[in-house]
Amino acid sequence: MEYESVIGLEVHVQLNTKSKIFCNCSTQFGRTPNTNVCPVCMGLPGVLPVLNKEVLNKAVMAGLALNCTIADFSKFDRKQYFYPDLPKNYQVSQYDLPICIKGYVDIKTNSQSKRIGITRVHMEEDAGKLIHSEKPGSDFSLVDYNRTGVPLIEIVSEPDLSLPEEAVVYLNLLRNRLRYVAVSECNMEEGSLRCDANISIRPKGQKELGTKTEVKNMNSFKAVEKALKYEIKRQISAVEKKERIVQETRLWDSEKEVTISMRSKEEAHDYRYFPEPDLVPMVIDRQVIEGIKKNMPELPDLKAERYVKEFGLTHDDAEIITFEKEMALFYEECVKIHRNYKSVANWLRSEVMQYLNRNNKAITDMKDLKPANLAKLIKLVDDGIITGKIGKELVIEIIEKDIDPAVLIEKKGLKQVSDEGAIEKIVDEVIKENPDAVEKFKSGKTGILGFLVGQVMKKSQGKANPAIVNKLFEQKMK
Amino acid sequence: MEWNQYKAWELIGFLAKKEVSSREITESVLKRIEERKQINAYISVLKESALQAAAQTDEQYRTGQIDKKHLIAGIPIAVKDNICYKNNRTTCGSRILEQFIPPYNAFVINRILEHRGIIIGKTNMDEFAMGSSTETSFFGPTLNPADTGCIPGGSSGGSAAAVADSQAILGLGSDTGGSIRQPASLCGCVGMKPTYGLVSRFGLVAFASSLDQIGGFTRDVKDMSLLLNVIAGHDKKDSTSVDRPVPDYFSGIGQLNIKGIKIGIPREYFIEGMDKEIKERIEKVIKLLEKEGAIIEETSLPHTEYAVADYYIIAPAEASSNLARYDGVKYGYRSKSEESANNLIQMYFNTRKDGFGPEVKRRILLGTYSLSSGYYDAYYLKALKVRTLIKQDFEKAFKKFDVLLTPTSPTPAFRIGEKIKDPLQMYLSDIFTISTNMAGIPGISLPAGNNSKGLPVGVQLMAGPFEEKKLLQISYALEQIIKDKV
Repeated sequence: MEYESVIGLEVHVQLNTKSKIFCNCSTQFGRTPNTNVCPVCMGLPGVLPVLNKEVLNKAVMAGLALNCTIADFSKFDRKQYFYPDLPKNYQVSQYDLPICIKGYVDIKTNSQSKRIGITRVHMEEDAGKLIHSEKPGSDFSLVDYNRTGVPLIEIVSEPDLSLPEEAVVYLNLLRNRLRYVAVSECNMEEGSLRCDANISIRPKGQKELGTKTEVKNMNSFKAVEKALKYEIKRQISAVEKKERIVQETRLWDSEKEVTISMRSKEEAHDYRYFPEPDLVPMVIDRQVIEGIKKNMPELPDLKAERYVKEFGLTHDDAEIITFEKEMALFYEECVKIHRNYKSVANWLRSEVMQYLNRNNKAITDMKDLKPANLAKLIKLVDDGIITGKIGKELVIEIIEKDIDPAVLIEKKGLKQVSDEGAIEKIVDEVIKENPDAVEKFKSGKTGILGFLVGQVMKKSQGKANPAIVNKLFEQKMK
Repeated sequence: MEWNQYKAWELIGFLAKKEVSSREITESVLKRIEERKQINAYISVLKESALQAAAQTDEQYRTGQIDKKHLIAGIPIAVKDNICYKNNRTTCGSRILEQFIPPYNAFVINRILEHRGIIIGKTNMDEFAMGSSTETSFFGPTLNPADTGCIPGGSSGGSAAAVADSQAILGLGSDTGGSIRQPASLCGCVGMKPTYGLVSRFGLVAFASSLDQIGGFTRDVKDMSLLLNVIAGHDKKDSTSVDRPVPDYFSGIGQLNIKGIKIGIPREYFIEGMDKEIKERIEKVIKLLEKEGAIIEETSLPHTEYAVADYYIIAPAEASSNLARYDGVKYGYRSKSEESANNLIQMYFNTRKDGFGPEVKRRILLGTYSLSSGYYDAYYLKALKVRTLIKQDFEKAFKKFDVLLTPTSPTPAFRIGEKIKDPLQMYLSDIFTISTNMAGIPGISLPAGNNSKGLPVGVQLMAGPFEEKKLLQISYALEQIIKDKV
């Protein structure tokens, strides 16, 4: 029998506010354990939470970026369970009235578009971190409360994803959109983006959903894909062996590359949610939402549309350049200096993105790549000062080092030669040295011209202006 | 007369005229505490720091650094031990916090210090404010100063006894279901719970967050208005604290004429089986008010009968959550048994088993149960709806009446040990006080003389939200009538 998988994702994203959600403590990552703490985030007796307004703003921005409806009325609830990394033994979260509901994003796989529903986006506080001693025989664990109270949003998708590959595309899209509106760095390795997945399988064509499992502990996009693939395979083979799938939570073991049962539904927590009495419900002013909307950075789809209209880019170019915020901003800086929009787009898509892919880097990793340098290089080519070939040879240096291309070509003597007299000399030499090719050209095999031009370029170290070389050959071989 | 027997507003006059020093007043109060140790009003007496603060305040009086904006400069005040006072232990009457020392001040403590009040000590209370007799305290019961065989009421029994017994001039308590008014009534002093949100809860160790409110104990209404001037006002650190201008409660306290004031008498507060002498006393007070020209009318708060049941769903639910943090991980008592050392869950179990007393455990279990999945709708959600109905009863009543008048407690002080084994009987001690907390409105208990056994009886007045000014003025007028005639 053929099976299909159904996937829904729960994504936790740390909001990049300066201070925590309910106190003034810093959210800075990587500080000495238990230094970013105060009586409030430590849940000492008698202290009270006060909502950081920036958290609400950023949650609203995230909701808008995911096409959500922003609630008119929202409140916080307590989610209760005992764990040493949770100082109050309850987490302030949102239960039945989340800040954002009913959104969607459109993902593209194999150039097919698919709409993925967003059930809800809610705000909550992060927990601390347990550090278990790795020494064998060690009999204690330590707790670091620095992360306690760092603001999170949880983004819950509808079970609209069918393949692990789609899940990764969705995650990437989510990440890009949240980075666009600058509410989070969405760095999975640093833990500012975390993802749990609900997965079930069903015979192809069946309407009702199968029993789902929840998979946790996936620490990269790649791990998500691998874990989902594994879990789908496991479920199918279980069903084929006539075993029942049990509703349970499973952990991804990235070393063994398997999922392991953590707890069954029967052992699941009863979180005993109830409204947080220490915080007043939020009545969301429509005008405030409009204000946030107005001041929000441009989202990728609108930006792409603008690039098509304003810069005359193709839809394809516009979409690829706007996919990541940093690339789009880089492009915008470049075209401020060199207004050949299409040419800059081409250079970015071919040379720069290829370089990044080859080296598995992001544009933000290239600290010495300056838009001005790249724009100048492209302009040098477009203006015929250097040939495209030399431009492509130099671009790697421009990507890797902060160098003015003008200085570079001066130093290397790579300026294009457009002096007809000088070029003619070389053309004559090439004609003399290649009588066979000349004959062939004259007999109508004009395709040989490329070879002859290539010989000139070789002799001129690529500096000869190809247009002049072509013109001279055609004149001389008539 | 000893200095410890005066009211704060009298002492402030003497202090300003340099007829007495804060040191003399403080010493007098400390002497009384020492003499009356058996009352067990205090968990911690802060002798050193109080004397130091008194000396400093005297110096400030001498050098003219004290002026009218320091409302209680040099006056000793007793603070319930669930209100955090920086660098002093705050136990909540519990073993689990026996050694807990907060690194911060409650909002009200900062206010007291700004007004140069002298914090004389931390008073005894029912464990985590759960009780009506101060018998559930880990530090032993407080005795009623009027009859040491009796309980002082609770949970703020320590502060009530201290103020009634001249072991403090002023007192602070907290009131979740009557924890200020009931002990004030049973000890014979004035006790007031302000509107929810008028006084910041920051630094008050939470019992039931949506019901808890800090208030005061005093020997008369004038002192209460003075104390409310000190502690009322908005606090950014408490999201439920209301940001609105606070009137001067003290000035013009005596300017209200009781004539024409509309007073409602809710019939649900005169129940069968209530103490006969209390009923008679309250009826006498009503007659006197009528004679003075107040308009008295019987009225109804129809949902009153559900208040106690409703309270015992909502308060334990919130308590079960608020008290979850006492787990032995970060501060407070931790079980050190071998079993606890080897297993986290066992450490939780043993810490909470040893650290909490039976009443606290009972309420944690009640609350955990009513919030559990499958029961939430039937209990907690339903309770919230009933709470709204109780609130609406009052809203309706206050459209017609300036205040409502009831007895504070259905019984006078009962014997130590009489009800501690019977939680339901104990819970009924708050039957007349719980509704104001459910509705979030202010309530005050005033002494209405003693019964034939010499035990104090209290009369309760309730007003609409943020109507403290009017409530205090009417209370003052009533106090004068009672003083003369009862």
